[in-house]
Amino acid sequence: MAEQNSNAKAEQFDSSLFQPVEFNEQAGERIAGKSLNFWQDAWTRLRKNKAAILSLVIIVIIALLSLFGPMLSGRDAYTQTITQAKLPPKITGLEWAGFDGMATLGEKPIDFYETKQVKDTFWFGTDHLGRDLWSRIWEGTRISLFIGLVAAIIDVLVGVTYGGISAYYGGRVDNIMQRIAEILTGIPNLILIILFILILEPGITTIILAMTITGWIGMSRLVRGQILKLKNQEFVLAARTLGASSARLVFKHLIPNTLGTIIISLMFTIPGAIFFEAFLSFIGLGLAPPQPSLGTLINEGYKELKTFPYLLVIPSTILVLVMISFNMLADGLRDAFDPRLRR
Amino acid sequence: MENRNKLLEVKNLKQHFNIGRGRVVKAVDGLSFDIYEGEVLGLVGESGCGKSTTGRSIIGLYDATDGEVLFKGENVHDKKSRKEKLKFNRSMQMIFQDPYASLNPRMTVGDIIAEGIDIHGLAKSKDERNNRVYDLLETVGLTKEHASRYPHEFSGGQRQRIGIARALAVEPDFIIADEPISALDVSIQAQVVNLMKQLQRDRSLTYLFIAHDLSMVKYISDRIGVMYQGHLVELCDADRLYENPVHAYTKSLLSAIPLPDPEHERTRKRIIYDRPTGGAVGKSSEDSSIPPLREIEPGHYVSMTDAELEAYQAQLV
Repeated sequence: MAEQNSNAKAEQFDSSLFQPVEFNEQAGERIAGKSLNFWQDAWTRLRKNKAAILSLVIIVIIALLSLFGPMLSGRDAYTQTITQAKLPPKITGLEWAGFDGMATLGEKPIDFYETKQVKDTFWFGTDHLGRDLWSRIWEGTRISLFIGLVAAIIDVLVGVTYGGISAYYGGRVDNIMQRIAEILTGIPNLILIILFILILEPGITTIILAMTITGWIGMSRLVRGQILKLKNQEFVLAARTLGASSARLVFKHLIPNTLGTIIISLMFTIPGAIFFEAFLSFIGLGLAPPQPSLGTLINEGYKELKTFPYLLVIPSTILVLVMISFNMLADGLRDAFDPRLRR
Repeated sequence: MENRNKLLEVKNLKQHFNIGRGRVVKAVDGLSFDIYEGEVLGLVGESGCGKSTTGRSIIGLYDATDGEVLFKGENVHDKKSRKEKLKFNRSMQMIFQDPYASLNPRMTVGDIIAEGIDIHGLAKSKDERNNRVYDLLETVGLTKEHASRYPHEFSGGQRQRIGIARALAVEPDFIIADEPISALDVSIQAQVVNLMKQLQRDRSLTYLFIAHDLSMVKYISDRIGVMYQGHLVELCDADRLYENPVHAYTKSLLSAIPLPDPEHERTRKRIIYDRPTGGAVGKSSEDSSIPPLREIEPGHYVSMTDAELEAYQAQLV
């Protein structure tokens, strides 16, 4: 019975309905998927990481504000107007959120704009010399970001060159270069920086110099490790048997393969440098007044924490946002560049 | 065989590595052999016996400690000027062991294959370069659509064929294949070995085929050299070696080949090679412990002492 059934079923299909498929050896080699290079691949992975993308957006917004913020308020960051000193933040329409120009002096909150008879509104208020805090904060953010970026880039340039040469030539060269680096790391960082700032004039250049004088060592070690690992890989040997020059080996084979590591490290170095600048400025070793940076603004602000907390809270918030965003983005980039590292 | 041209002569090649604190690893210790034009010389031996080091020393990836390598009568390690080096690089190429490590993951397959063309300026225009890449891809059984893709999109066998195409791009006479199939599936091994055989016929190439898979080596090689701890212990025609192994180590090696035949496998006995001098295995050995090669019949060389000569000759069938 069962046999009859299956026979009947088989008869339902007319053989003319079928067409033989020709076996094609070439077809077996076809790759159906879209071709993605390293960067496209990393981007698709980064896009899935919501925290990293949010951080990227925050960084872009803060960077844009630091460039164009002072223009928005139309006020200069350096003009002092003593009659308008210490005005709390006031934004028309946002009074309910605390931007009402009130501050508690003594027992009850006072509207400072009324008592000082100021008609304008200052979005982030003014400092003790009557300078517009909005403009000063974005100006300061710009300087902080600039210092962080330049210090990190110098770290990368010096570190990649040093680590690259050390690993590429290896042997005695490597030995000597690593001992020099070790001696440099042996000197306490802060002492070196204080000495630098004592000798040179305080300013952006001095801070960057002081930070990069030893800052590149971490990067150089990272790159050295990567290149040591790569230089004996078979694709590098293959390039050597083809007669590739040193320059070709370094720029076509070795550096492109360490780029992921370099970028991740760069992204972790930037917030580190920004924070270090803020720290130096806070302990009074950083930028000289009247130049603002997030560190100097916080330094000025904390002195009046009780009466005018906005002077401390606003620059601190910006600093925190910058730090968190950079770290989250770097974290996301690490996962995107090297999915094997993900836990 | 006598009237054939010697393409490569290796004379007393030594490659020692300093591993620090005065210790030296003698990876290759006094190796001599010739490779004739158009032949495939297989090199077999256990892991760590110096097969790959031999290949890398010959092509100049390592600076040899001692001895010389003559390629078409010229000493390979003497070449100083960049021009001479480039000329040498064009005539000798290498296929690597690990298809996952031998292709730069940041370059497209087209750029990887064209690397030799770019370095040696073999193409006059971009079109010519691309056409050569497409030809090479087709030679190894891939298509030109693959040129714009990255290595991670390919399987092991495909990658190995890309490696072969890269080596062929500079039109070499001599190719060192450093265990080209050991990292591949058995089903793919045949594909790659057949491709190499076909290329050898079509382009009259000479191979030094390094491997530890004895049956594959027998299939592709004309002659086979057996290496043990940095020395050659036996060198002879491929078929003859399998019929009539003389050296105890060769016998031991051949006895380890499994056959897909349960009857045979049940009775197969592994011959364990016990080194007569009792030198520490794995550590660097004294130079004297492995005697030099002697010819016991035409084209059949065995490492032996004078005393062993008669005993060995008696074994010949």
